[in-house]
Amino acid sequence: MKTYAKFGALVAVIVGVLAWLALGGVSENKTYYKTITEVQQMGDQAHVKRLRVDGYVVPGSIVRNGAAVSFVMHQDPSKRGQDPIILKVVYSGIDPLPDTFKDDAQTIADGKLGTDGVFQANKIQAKCASKYEAKPQMKTDATRASM
Amino acid sequence: MENIGALSILLAFCLAVYAVVGSVIGRLKRNPFLVVSSERAVYSVWALLTIASALLIYSLLTGDFRMGYVAAHTDQTMPAIYKFTAWWGGQEGSLLLWAWLLATYSAIAVFTNRHKFRDMMPWVTAVLMATETFFLILIAFVLSPFGILEAGRGNIVEGMGRGLNPLLQYWTMVIHPPMLYLGYVGFTVPFAFAMGSLITKQPGEAWIHTTRRWTIITWLFQSTGILLGQGWAYAVLGWGGYWAWDPVENASLLPWITATAFLHSVMMQEKKGMMKVWNMVLVSGTFFLCIFGTFLTRSGVVSSVHAFAQSPIGKYFVYFLAIGIAATLALILDRVKYLKSEARLESVVSRESSFMFNNLILLASCFAVLWGTLFPVISEAVTGEKISVDAPFFNRINVPIGLGLLLLTGVGPLIAWRRSSVESLRRAFFWPSTAAVALMAVLAVFGVWAHPYALMSFGLCMFVAATIFAEFWKGASAISVKSQVGLIPAAIELTHRNTRRYGGYLVHMGIVFMFIGYTGAAFNQDVTKEVVPGGTFQLGHYTFRVTNMEQGENGNYTWQKLQIEASSGASSLGIMDPERRFYKASQQPTSEVSIRRRLNEDVYLNFAGVSSDNQRAVVQAYVFPLVTWIWIGYWVLAIGTLVCLVPSKVRLSYARTQVLGMAQKHAKVTN
Repeated sequence: MKTYAKFGALVAVIVGVLAWLALGGVSENKTYYKTITEVQQMGDQAHVKRLRVDGYVVPGSIVRNGAAVSFVMHQDPSKRGQDPIILKVVYSGIDPLPDTFKDDAQTIADGKLGTDGVFQANKIQAKCASKYEAKPQMKTDATRASM
Repeated sequence: MENIGALSILLAFCLAVYAVVGSVIGRLKRNPFLVVSSERAVYSVWALLTIASALLIYSLLTGDFRMGYVAAHTDQTMPAIYKFTAWWGGQEGSLLLWAWLLATYSAIAVFTNRHKFRDMMPWVTAVLMATETFFLILIAFVLSPFGILEAGRGNIVEGMGRGLNPLLQYWTMVIHPPMLYLGYVGFTVPFAFAMGSLITKQPGEAWIHTTRRWTIITWLFQSTGILLGQGWAYAVLGWGGYWAWDPVENASLLPWITATAFLHSVMMQEKKGMMKVWNMVLVSGTFFLCIFGTFLTRSGVVSSVHAFAQSPIGKYFVYFLAIGIAATLALILDRVKYLKSEARLESVVSRESSFMFNNLILLASCFAVLWGTLFPVISEAVTGEKISVDAPFFNRINVPIGLGLLLLTGVGPLIAWRRSSVESLRRAFFWPSTAAVALMAVLAVFGVWAHPYALMSFGLCMFVAATIFAEFWKGASAISVKSQVGLIPAAIELTHRNTRRYGGYLVHMGIVFMFIGYTGAAFNQDVTKEVVPGGTFQLGHYTFRVTNMEQGENGNYTWQKLQIEASSGASSLGIMDPERRFYKASQQPTSEVSIRRRLNEDVYLNFAGVSSDNQRAVVQAYVFPLVTWIWIGYWVLAIGTLVCLVPSKVRLSYARTQVLGMAQKHAKVTN
């Protein structure tokens, strides 16, 4: 039984260390998913917490200025330039922006809201949505085709 | 045409259901005719799905744009190879590929075992075809690959089609998905044999011996698929990374981790009759993680850069997983008494315990990755707030796990079964430890001490490499003296005598090379500059001078290209030419990075864009030390895996080690 006790103790140590690393990792790394509306309603919390904001790039708003890139995000994909709910974003991370990042692209910005109301992003993801889903009018009719 | 395709899928579905019902009833009623006819149904399912796939490929190649799938995933100008790969470019087609591969694997498994395991095979057939039925439900009734566009119904041709994302038009992307599928789908076979063995209460390890090759081959496919994905990300995406802990990447990693654990822990069962329940759990876990990965990638549960769209198939996967896991668990619990361990753990310092620790930390890693990936879902369910964790979380936990595994990679194979004496440990590990400490001391002097994890990783790589080298050296020099041959032929002879053991060492060596490559990432350097022709900039000891900026246009895209002369000190390293393209059809820009690959470090230039006033080019320059070793490591791993598949010349090594006696002697004779 002594062997099993030793073995159990070692297992406990390993699992304990890993659990400690994991819990610490979560609290240091957690990012809150928010929409633009939610960010604007968060108040002071928005300047403290790490946020991940989802939106669409307003056409023509992307401006490169040295290594930094600024653009405007809006919330409703159907409204494009007319959407009143917008968020100014400045990206100054090291990774290059993805090739899919362009006007109208669905974009996820990670970072914190600056006190001036401009979102300071350190990571930008963009999805070229049209490549992955069929247009709504292109409905397929599986049942009839299989008859 | 599309009617024949859809009809084949429907018929395949009926036959798959028949095969499940027929083999179960045939087995229970002891009716051999029913059993054999169910096995023939398996071949028919394969034939029908082959017809369906051939028809889909034909439609893709000939550009039948009436079909929704063809129009959505190809266009007229695409090269034929990419039209072909559109087979798995979208949801419906890739599900058809899944189903076809599973049918192929099932047909092979049933055919090669048609005279063996008459007891167990009907159950194996039933499990395989139950899984097949699930995928056929999806493509027969939910997402048919043969749907016709409504616009196409009145002979209004949609036109050109929408094409394939230009980022995916790259050679590794052609084979990356089918490789991963081959790996995922293949694990259904060991799972089916495990279940068959459990249901029929087989006393021995027949299922493990029969499926060893399957497991190793599918593991190699999984590894290849993952590595191809990494290679693609590095060479195409322009940020120079190969792993971002994205949910889809994690989905492919999870079953690989449990499969790796399974490959190791089956040895405990083969040699000692231990960990029987655990192996059942691992093989089932791997199978369900494969299905779960497919689900995660397609259902849109977790947001990801390369997930497919939201689709209605998510709930089907949830049902299948829930029923499958519940049934498997119930079966394992019911049969626990047939899975009694035949030996006990005798010492903490033993081969047995090193296998257990290997499994423990692999599973811990799997759990951590799963937890991190599903964190947004879990947190939303518990707190109502969607919270995600990203790369730093995964690195924080997986880096120490990786180092622990690396240590075990060196220690495990040399430690004796049952228990090890201090003396034998000293003999086995004195030189490898000395080499590791010496290397760490030298590296520390050169400044690596600032990166403690990297320093440890290099030390452990040295340690493992030294133990592997020592093993080959010991065996080969003995053969060399005895049979009067050179060391290299002797090493080959040695490997051939026990391919499983020495092939395994080669795989470990491949892992060491990969770790060297991954560790190099601690020393990455980068700079982003806006430049004009004639301008220069510096990174590390490299100087870059922009000599020219050209632009042009062809039918497919417009392009801009920079010519940058790289030099180090006084010596010129030649011209690098990163390029930016803008694809007309898809209205999408892409970067064609320029990489100077060397064993010590890669220089990597990305033409990131043009400043808003259109005068200056934005260039990102990176230095990636040691990254080439990842790809080298993959080749060593692949060769090692193939060596494992060659039958051993000498068959002594897989008898059970029941012999009592000196531990070290043992370790020399057997693996």
